[in-house]
Amino acid sequence: MRTLWLAAFATLTVSLPAAALADGLTGAAQQQRLNWTAIAMFAAFVALTLWITRWAARRTKTASAFYTAGGGITGFQNGLAIAGDYMSAASFLGISAQIFVDGYDGLIYSIGFLVGWPVILFLMAEKLRNLGRFTFADVASYRFAQAPVRSFAAVSTLIVVAFYLIAQMVGAGQLIKLLFGLPYSYAVMIVGALMVVYVLFGGMTATTWVQIIKAVMLLSGATFMAVMVMAQFGFSLEALFARAVEVKTGLAAAAGADPAEAAERGRSIMGPGNFIRDPVSAISLGLALMLGTAGLPHILMRFFTVPDAKEARKSVLWATTWIGYFYLLTFIIGFGAIVLVATNPEFLDGAGALRGGGNMAAIHLADAVGGDVFLGFISAVAFATILAVVAGLTLSGASAISHDLYATLFRKEGDDPARELQVSRIATLVLGVVAILLGILFETQNVAFMVSLAFALAASGNFPVLILSLMWPGMTTRGAVIGGLLGVTVALVLTILSPAVWVAVLGNAAPVFPYSSPAIFSVPVAFLGIWLFSVTDRSPRAAVDRAGFADQEVRSETGVGAYQASGH
Amino acid sequence: MDRIGRIREHPGYHELVRRRRRLAWTLSAIMLVAYFGYVLLIAFDKALLARPIGAGVTSLGIPIGFGIIMLGVALTAFYVRRANGDFDARLKAVLDETGE
Repeated sequence: MRTLWLAAFATLTVSLPAAALADGLTGAAQQQRLNWTAIAMFAAFVALTLWITRWAARRTKTASAFYTAGGGITGFQNGLAIAGDYMSAASFLGISAQIFVDGYDGLIYSIGFLVGWPVILFLMAEKLRNLGRFTFADVASYRFAQAPVRSFAAVSTLIVVAFYLIAQMVGAGQLIKLLFGLPYSYAVMIVGALMVVYVLFGGMTATTWVQIIKAVMLLSGATFMAVMVMAQFGFSLEALFARAVEVKTGLAAAAGADPAEAAERGRSIMGPGNFIRDPVSAISLGLALMLGTAGLPHILMRFFTVPDAKEARKSVLWATTWIGYFYLLTFIIGFGAIVLVATNPEFLDGAGALRGGGNMAAIHLADAVGGDVFLGFISAVAFATILAVVAGLTLSGASAISHDLYATLFRKEGDDPARELQVSRIATLVLGVVAILLGILFETQNVAFMVSLAFALAASGNFPVLILSLMWPGMTTRGAVIGGLLGVTVALVLTILSPAVWVAVLGNAAPVFPYSSPAIFSVPVAFLGIWLFSVTDRSPRAAVDRAGFADQEVRSETGVGAYQASGH
Repeated sequence: MDRIGRIREHPGYHELVRRRRRLAWTLSAIMLVAYFGYVLLIAFDKALLARPIGAGVTSLGIPIGFGIIMLGVALTAFYVRRANGDFDARLKAVLDETGE
């Protein structure tokens, strides 16, 4: 009987590792008929953002404007933009889909994503703003030899951005095939071309405003859906949950379970299920989500767009508030989908699985509560979401190339400083082309592991280097580079040996590394490596590095000498 | 002595850094304990979180899960309030007294 049940939901569960392990969209996505309402709404969004890009382009004449919008973004705006970076299409569709299938498990994942934010605020946010200018490497390399630490930061940034970008491009292609009925390669090229236009001409100003608009659209759309769901249950969560349990029990019984077993399965959506199999994986995934957030380059760079530490703190408060609110909405949306989508034959195929694939739960719910026009709106929002996130990723990759690699390593004495801006624009173009090619190359690949890999890499490389550079006087250039590289390497190797790649992608029978995230091993390796190669460092440079801490500390705590916004 | 040196000599600076660090680490510890406590609960005692509260189906895991999200927002709000008020006022005093 159990096999029957499993078979019925096979299409859904195929996409589960995606939602469970990664913020990536995967699973089967069949091309749908052309959806003109959605296309029209999306076209309106694109028109608006291109108009904003034109406006932003007039202000994007200097490197400061390109990288950080001239530091003129307010805390509230920046908070929305950060929340926007975080509320990707994958977290909206993926988490609601996971709740649709498993109930409570989706909440565990949301919580892991949220709790990194308070800690970033308490330990890093204002120091980042006080020491940094354009990229997080400005902070991480503050008192160290510039070339080696910046090279490490740039390489690590580009690796993180590459994996994140591939996952988003593939997700975009699948999603657009699904929602708009457009072929995969068109979708990837549209996304690639638009993101290049935003970043190339509008720099950080356009990237931020695209993100803000999308965040407002997504939050309004999700609020509407949650309110419509709750209205059907007299705004009682208990009533919603009770009905969802009833539906799941009914489904289990229909699949052939005896009454006791069916009731058991129905109730299972109210508690933790199989999302976390063993304690090691649980803690490891928690570490990766929490610390990875504090090491993602496209998130960290947002702290340089606000004028001062006060606004940087406000950004985090707004970001945390919106992200928390969004995850509560997602939870209601997932349960709403159980009640309104899983029971409606219109949204199901012959086998009882969701039409269009496992990630469609929220999209079908939009149809159920708001009809065709709202369905078009939510589809357009999902596309806009991917677009805004890839624009931010591209900008952070381009900044790493031009500001960290080119300006420190290759720029010759006497070169025009405006050349750096030119290099970042060329880098944007190259990244856009590479992203489109990778998107097409990886079309049929399982990319579920890539976002969780990006988080694990950020947690194991960027984060340890950054936090120790801020807090530990004894750290040296050698320790930073070797320790950081060790962390990144261990995270990469363990991920390749883990079930998500070794078994799911490479087709081996059993994983060499049994846990779902490498962070519990790779993060300590990075910290130990930094410590060991710092304390044993007797070079003259090490003495300079250690001596620089006292000055750096005062600047990081007070903001004295911080780069001022050019707009002032 | 340059300004950085003067700030480092200023007792108000040390007082500020001490207070801000104590608050930052205390709040971080609360968040970490709450989150990893929750993760360990999931790892070792799933049944507790699945247990219904009251007569309905709503389980203990729901208020705990929602509670952690709200705790995160509340701690953040608390810190920002203290930092943008009291700490920034102290910082301003130190900066004013140490001059340009």
